[in-house]
Amino acid sequence: MKSKITKQNLITYGIVIAFYIIVEILMMTGVLSSHMKGLLVPMTYYAIIAVALNLCVGILGELSIGHCGFMCIGAFTSAFFSRAMENSIPTVPRFIMAFIIGIAFAALFGFLIGIPVLRLKGDYLAIVTLAFGEIIKNVINSFYIGIDGNGLHFSMKDSMSLGMEADGDIIVNGAMGITGTPHNANFTIGIVVLLISLFVVLNLVNSRDGRAIMAIRDNYIAAEATGINITGYKMMAFTISAAIAGAAGVLFSHNITTLTASSQYFGYNASIMILVYVVLGGIGNIRGSVIAACILYLLPELLRGLNTYRMLIYSIVLIVMMIVNWSPKVIEWRKRTFGRFNLKRAKEVA
Amino acid sequence: MKKFNKVFSAVLASAMAASLLAGCGGASAGGSNTFKIGAIGPLTGAAAAYGNAVVNGAQIAVDEINEAGGINGVQIEYKSEDDELNAEKSVNAYNTLKDWGMQILVGSTTSACSIAVSENTKNDNMFQLTPSGSAEDCVKYDNVFRVCFSDPNQGIASAQYISDHNLATKVGIIYDNSDVYSSGIYQKFVEESAGKNFEIVSAEAYTQDNNTDFSVQLQKAKDAGADLVFLPIYYSDAALILTQANTMGYAPTFFGVDGMDGILTVENFDPSLAEGVMLLTPFAADATDDLTVNFVKKYNEKYGETPNQFAADAYDAVYIIKAAIEKSGVTPDKTTEEICEALKGAMTQIEAKGLTSQKMTWDASGEPNKEPKAVIIKNGAYVSAE
Repeated sequence: MKSKITKQNLITYGIVIAFYIIVEILMMTGVLSSHMKGLLVPMTYYAIIAVALNLCVGILGELSIGHCGFMCIGAFTSAFFSRAMENSIPTVPRFIMAFIIGIAFAALFGFLIGIPVLRLKGDYLAIVTLAFGEIIKNVINSFYIGIDGNGLHFSMKDSMSLGMEADGDIIVNGAMGITGTPHNANFTIGIVVLLISLFVVLNLVNSRDGRAIMAIRDNYIAAEATGINITGYKMMAFTISAAIAGAAGVLFSHNITTLTASSQYFGYNASIMILVYVVLGGIGNIRGSVIAACILYLLPELLRGLNTYRMLIYSIVLIVMMIVNWSPKVIEWRKRTFGRFNLKRAKEVA
Repeated sequence: MKKFNKVFSAVLASAMAASLLAGCGGASAGGSNTFKIGAIGPLTGAAAAYGNAVVNGAQIAVDEINEAGGINGVQIEYKSEDDELNAEKSVNAYNTLKDWGMQILVGSTTSACSIAVSENTKNDNMFQLTPSGSAEDCVKYDNVFRVCFSDPNQGIASAQYISDHNLATKVGIIYDNSDVYSSGIYQKFVEESAGKNFEIVSAEAYTQDNNTDFSVQLQKAKDAGADLVFLPIYYSDAALILTQANTMGYAPTFFGVDGMDGILTVENFDPSLAEGVMLLTPFAADATDDLTVNFVKKYNEKYGETPNQFAADAYDAVYIIKAAIEKSGVTPDKTTEEICEALKGAMTQIEAKGLTSQKMTWDASGEPNKEPKAVIIKNGAYVSAE
């Protein structure tokens, strides 16, 4: 039993590492187009946040539809730090510290939200995270933070009321967000963060704590009767999930130089898109989330040749994927058709 | 055996994935015999009107130039990509165009996307001319120039215009603080207003999430006694504001910027409400000079609508590139970097005349020098305010 799980986990890491090696070889030989190169980092951070959300939705069994809000927090806090410290700390330690800050803040907010909500039974988390995602976006949009010789200036009105000196630098400028974040994220770092997130989540799932979390998901009353601290375990899983989403945010903000808290990145629709990755990859299936996130992020980009039709085709592909993956009839048909093939192979092995 | 099968299938799967990735590569850099110009803008989604206008406007200019024999006898190839108003997608669109072999970029249409893309054009040293990216940071790098006014320039020009023409003593402002364009103009307008002969009595913000009811903002401006309301916003919101102001019987002078252009064509909006509205705009579709008439006619024939200032900016952008190429004498067989260096030098020397201005010049900062035009709406048409 134990070794089977380890093997499954090793396969997951193996897929990620193999993908990394293949891409690196392709890059070195120069056959990779610049379009593909540009897609690699986004692919990793969407895979990371899909893993985070799967921990929340699949393992913990609580629906969250505002996970991009945590990504937003991670993105803004880390980008703020990087912008403020750009000239005073060398790149490598600064980027590591940016990661720590982004993850810590996202985890903190996950924790704070969890305190009231995770005590409740039912779909309250979905409602609260939805509201949180929208609130955080609007709050950040009204922040003005600048830095000059006298230190930090803060305002929620407009950039004029900061009262900055002439040499001052406005870092967070309301709706204009943060521009000029150093471009530190690359594919290697993205893959490393993805591997760490996978390691954390997969180990959690297969630990004593993980089994307690899944017990809460599967039978609340039985778990409570066994003496499991329900709120505590729920908080643990949700905070870790928020922290990993924060890490995805750090990669996001250090990959693109303009960071604005607008709906297309951190809004409701973006969160739903991540949820689609998780659902299509299989709820509770961490490896599936990574693969689904990569494929579904790539798809609209690879369909660019079809111009405006690509969104139509994208949605059709989503529906087809869902049916092929999860419809009982199709699963039955798949078993019938490909079952024979498997049987043959099984004989061969024997 | 089982293990072998697994390894084998894994190898096959990765080979398949690899061929998928590799299939997208293989673009040649430089060495073509046409100029390859790319454009980026939101062709789908909420801001599709702007992106399509830019892409269509540039297309008309490219067709005209090609018909007339090209630039120094060299034809232009033109391709556009969609960015869905998303900076991340805009960079993807840029990379796609680069694979196609783009040498010069007309884009991106919107500010945030343009800033994100400029980081990449800077690294590749590709010449970028944004028709409508108006935020200050769009032209931060020396390889980026723009056609439109910057947000700060519009704010400053508006404040000066109101002051110079004694339009008001008390000014109210309604702006969209979730929008880069709107809050950028607002900030500079307020800074420039200090020491002018008018006073800002109210400054009320709204966001894209609550842009349907403006009664609170209007009431505050009315209570404060504002005799002019400055609207640094896009026309769709402005149309609602004008309608609601009319309902509550509040009739100050409304003063807009170039985003206001298009207000007369909003559906279900009574154009008589816009009577007397003043706006600073570089382009008016019903101007009577030959260039505008010709452009509007062609645009109407081809796309079935009246072009807005985005289309005009993009049209000018292609002609500006043409002028810069002619000035520098650069040929398309040069690399992208060489073309960029040549055009950077030529941009500061040329003097362009187009739809959006009679005379445009640039300095190395990338900002255009051109006169803002103020128009006033009279009898449902733009009339020069001078």
